Amino acid sequence: MLVKNRAIGLGAGLLVSALALTGCTAPGSSGGDGGAVTLTLATVNNPQMKDMEELKGEFESAYPDIKINFVQMEEGDLRAAVTNDVASGAGQYDIVTVGAYEVPQWGELGWLVDLTDALASDAEYDVDDLLPAVRTALTVDDKQYAVPFYGESSILMYNKEMFDAAGLTMPNNPTWQEVAEFAKTLNTPDHAGICLRGKPGWGDLFAPLTTVVQTFGGNWYDMDWNAQVNSPKFVEGVQFYVDLLKEAGEADPVSVSFTECLNLVSQEKVAMWYDASVAASILEDPNASAVAGKMAYAHAPVVETDESGWLWSWNLAIPTTTKNVEEATTFVKWATSKEYQQIVGETLGWTRVPPGARMSTYEIPEYKEAAAAFAPITLEVMQAVDPKQPGVDPQPWVGVQYVTIPEFQDVGNQVAQLVADAIAGRTTVQEALDAGQKIAQAAGEKQK
Amino acid sequence: MRSLRSTLITTFTWILVALFFFPILWMVFTAFKSEADAGSIPPKFIVDLTLQQFEAVFNRGMGYYLLQSTLASVGSTLIVLALAIPAAYGLSIRPIKKVQDVLFFFISTRFMPVAAIILPLFLILKTIGGLDNIVTLVLLYTAINLPIAIWMMRSFFSEVPLEIIEAAQIDGANLRTELVRVVLPIVLPGIAAVALISFIFAWNEYFIATLVTTVNARTTPPFLVSFVDGRGQFLAVLSAASTLAVLPVVIAGWAAQKQLVRGLAMGAVK
Amino acid sequence: MSVGPAGGAGPTTHLNGEEEDMTVTAPPPVGIDPMSLPAVAQKRKARVARRLVMPALIFSIILTQIPFLLAIVFSTLNWNQLRPDRIQFNWFANYLVVFTGPDFLPSLISTVTITGSSVILSLLFGLVFALLLDRSFRGQALARTLVITPFLVMPAAAALIWKWSMLDANVGMVNWALELVGLPAVAWNTEFPIVTVIMMLTWQYTPFFMLILLAGLQSQSREVLEAASVDGAGPVRTFQWMTLPHLRQYIEIATLLGSIMMLQVFDPIAIMTKGTGGTKTLSYLLYERAFIGLDVGEAAAFGVVTVVLTIVTTTIILRSLFSVFIEGGKR
Repeated sequence: MLVKNRAIGLGAGLLVSALALTGCTAPGSSGGDGGAVTLTLATVNNPQMKDMEELKGEFESAYPDIKINFVQMEEGDLRAAVTNDVASGAGQYDIVTVGAYEVPQWGELGWLVDLTDALASDAEYDVDDLLPAVRTALTVDDKQYAVPFYGESSILMYNKEMFDAAGLTMPNNPTWQEVAEFAKTLNTPDHAGICLRGKPGWGDLFAPLTTVVQTFGGNWYDMDWNAQVNSPKFVEGVQFYVDLLKEAGEADPVSVSFTECLNLVSQEKVAMWYDASVAASILEDPNASAVAGKMAYAHAPVVETDESGWLWSWNLAIPTTTKNVEEATTFVKWATSKEYQQIVGETLGWTRVPPGARMSTYEIPEYKEAAAAFAPITLEVMQAVDPKQPGVDPQPWVGVQYVTIPEFQDVGNQVAQLVADAIAGRTTVQEALDAGQKIAQAAGEKQK
Repeated sequence: MRSLRSTLITTFTWILVALFFFPILWMVFTAFKSEADAGSIPPKFIVDLTLQQFEAVFNRGMGYYLLQSTLASVGSTLIVLALAIPAAYGLSIRPIKKVQDVLFFFISTRFMPVAAIILPLFLILKTIGGLDNIVTLVLLYTAINLPIAIWMMRSFFSEVPLEIIEAAQIDGANLRTELVRVVLPIVLPGIAAVALISFIFAWNEYFIATLVTTVNARTTPPFLVSFVDGRGQFLAVLSAASTLAVLPVVIAGWAAQKQLVRGLAMGAVK
Repeated sequence: MSVGPAGGAGPTTHLNGEEEDMTVTAPPPVGIDPMSLPAVAQKRKARVARRLVMPALIFSIILTQIPFLLAIVFSTLNWNQLRPDRIQFNWFANYLVVFTGPDFLPSLISTVTITGSSVILSLLFGLVFALLLDRSFRGQALARTLVITPFLVMPAAAALIWKWSMLDANVGMVNWALELVGLPAVAWNTEFPIVTVIMMLTWQYTPFFMLILLAGLQSQSREVLEAASVDGAGPVRTFQWMTLPHLRQYIEIATLLGSIMMLQVFDPIAIMTKGTGGTKTLSYLLYERAFIGLDVGEAAAFGVVTVVLTIVTTTIILRSLFSVFIEGGKR
């Protein structure tokens, strides 16, 4: 057939050129490796993970029988793909990168391999070196289901030059009221007073906002799983956040999450930023940032609590559906070991060592020197945060800026969308949270 | 007077075209910037151009993903043509009872939101062992493109003058010769258009590819979006990857452009 | 438009599905008209036709209907992916959620608003571009290629580029241009989320409409147009009385295919507005139910309702509105 021939011709042409482009090896070609096992690892595309992929050769030469394939994904896609895979038992991944929110839930469901013994039995691995708060969040009934690859808390970052120019001084443990005053003073046509996330999403807007709500004395649920979303304290916290954004925040807040703020801060368009502690290492990198050396850091602002930082970690875990538990464990231990941190420091630079997972990281002399601006405060905050009771009142789950129930990401997202409407002025905070209360209550009922 | 007006219209056309094309132009420009320049406030027009983003993209092995995308798109486009040409021809010579119902069935298969069908699909694929296999993508993309292909192609066939076919039948041409020798050449540009549109959809499909492939059958779109970094800047590297990913389709689109327009028009007949 | 009385007076065979194929673009009427064949040949043709359609039909049924049937089954289950211990049959509880819950109606309105406006705008822009690019001028081929490009870029990448390079409040070119002419910067996603999505969609789909309409323009008989011009009809009248009726069929097919593609829109919403401010379309809502809510049953129910709804709407549109158009275009 005439048409087909032509199409095949075209196809063949494209194929040839594509082949020529690649040198044509499947990232997963385990072909002629004899007995080698190939592991598939799903991960987010954060800088620390990109470094891990870059260094996988070190692992493969130390363990010639194991090959690793990285599948990098954007955070939302990773959640969708991995949840689908693990929940249906498809078993496509040998190692998955799981957030602190999912680990306890998946562990309890029996989806993740219990790593307690594998970690404890290896003295050199030194499992007790892992940051206790992070480890707590990954452990259910004394079983540890994942290992933190890196961890973070939230801190207040501020541009010291702007503060000095305005004659202001930031305390090490500021209150939100103080921060709001600073923000209003420093809000000029040239730069905004503060950058806060407004992008609707449980992991975007509600990461910082939940910590604000908690330090104002509110929370998602009480001890009996009654939703508290339109309680006066919750409303007060959200109202404060929305007002602060309006009066001294960045432009177009609904578009803004971590990367957008990073952009603004690193170009001196904002005086303060409350966000993940890992941001500091990027702000201090003179290649990426115009404010390197001009920044200073303080604890997360508080109101009624002593500390208010969040606690997050990206962790490596092994789905029970994998056939290669032993090899997968070997890699997971390697990537979270003290040795790996040395390799990162020596080959890629000491500021790129994954932070917030091991206490010993903060004792490495080279790291202490390279990360002097932000390492001490990161460790300080991460040790001060209590994931069992981050707010004023006790809560029936372990976790700071999230609730470890399956429905939470849905509840968080929907309430975040409502709050975004309030930020845009299409509705009031009270109306938004009244609607949110119903959504949260329905999810709470399922826990009773 | 007339030529002045013509010049004015041409100028107006180019201004509109430039505005419309600007986002793409800016994307290509951004691809040659460093991340810091890409995110500069206000936007920078004069920067040091660099190839480091393209280097980063290739270092992560974009070639393999391009190959998989090529297999998936070319493969599915060929099957789409092989199925849609006879079907559309059949539907246009009729009279099948309820032609419209058949047509409508085809088109309605496009209404199912992918998000609703993806889990059943995933479970089926898991059961039959079709995950992370390029053949799976080829078949799925064929199913997605088939309705539009048949719908478009049928309208082309229905414009083939009856006399031409009747003449062929008097000559005693059998069905295949009739289709291949007489009708196809007439609708060839139309086929090119359908092929290109199928190819573009398959080339750009992202959601299904993200969920049913991991390593071996991973296509370009999931790879592209994996440059979105939750903890850093990514605009320049994403632009570079997007520029590379769109290049083959643009070239194909450019090359097939005349065919495409003529195909959609089927003006060749007259 | 000359839809006029001809439409009402047209043959009444619409509903039995027999008339549509005879549709033919205006002058001169060409097409395969089976009525002129003898009855025997007709039967043979029918058999041949069936044989030709079967492979595609079977392929489509297997690949689309099996998952769809499974989705119908799922829609009657109480099934959250993270609660595998609580999967159970719950009759129509999920449909109850669809119809009595607060999500469906606003989402339906968003879908109609966004798809409708984008289709209309794409059609208008597409027509303008088609008319402009149908003229021969220097660089015509290049101009056409440039205009087609937005349709070729991967939607997710296009949405990201728009979010960052075009609409961003600080680094975006749109606000930069606004400030250049002395207008205040606009917080697009915060203040006008619907506009953002429509703008992006229109940009992306205008080329598709343009291509089909350009095709329509080029299939016009030059002699007829020239004759009209000799008769002294100005360009506006020629457009109104000759070109527009001729384009009708092309407008219809472009609208139909364009709507189908835009109904599925996902990326601009997921990347830019996250469903706020009336941008939570059915396809985004469905994604949320399935991948954020992890609620397999509810997602399936929403999916089934969406499909049924689209089929009903499209049937009405195809069988009434479009046939009227078609009959009206006939003479």
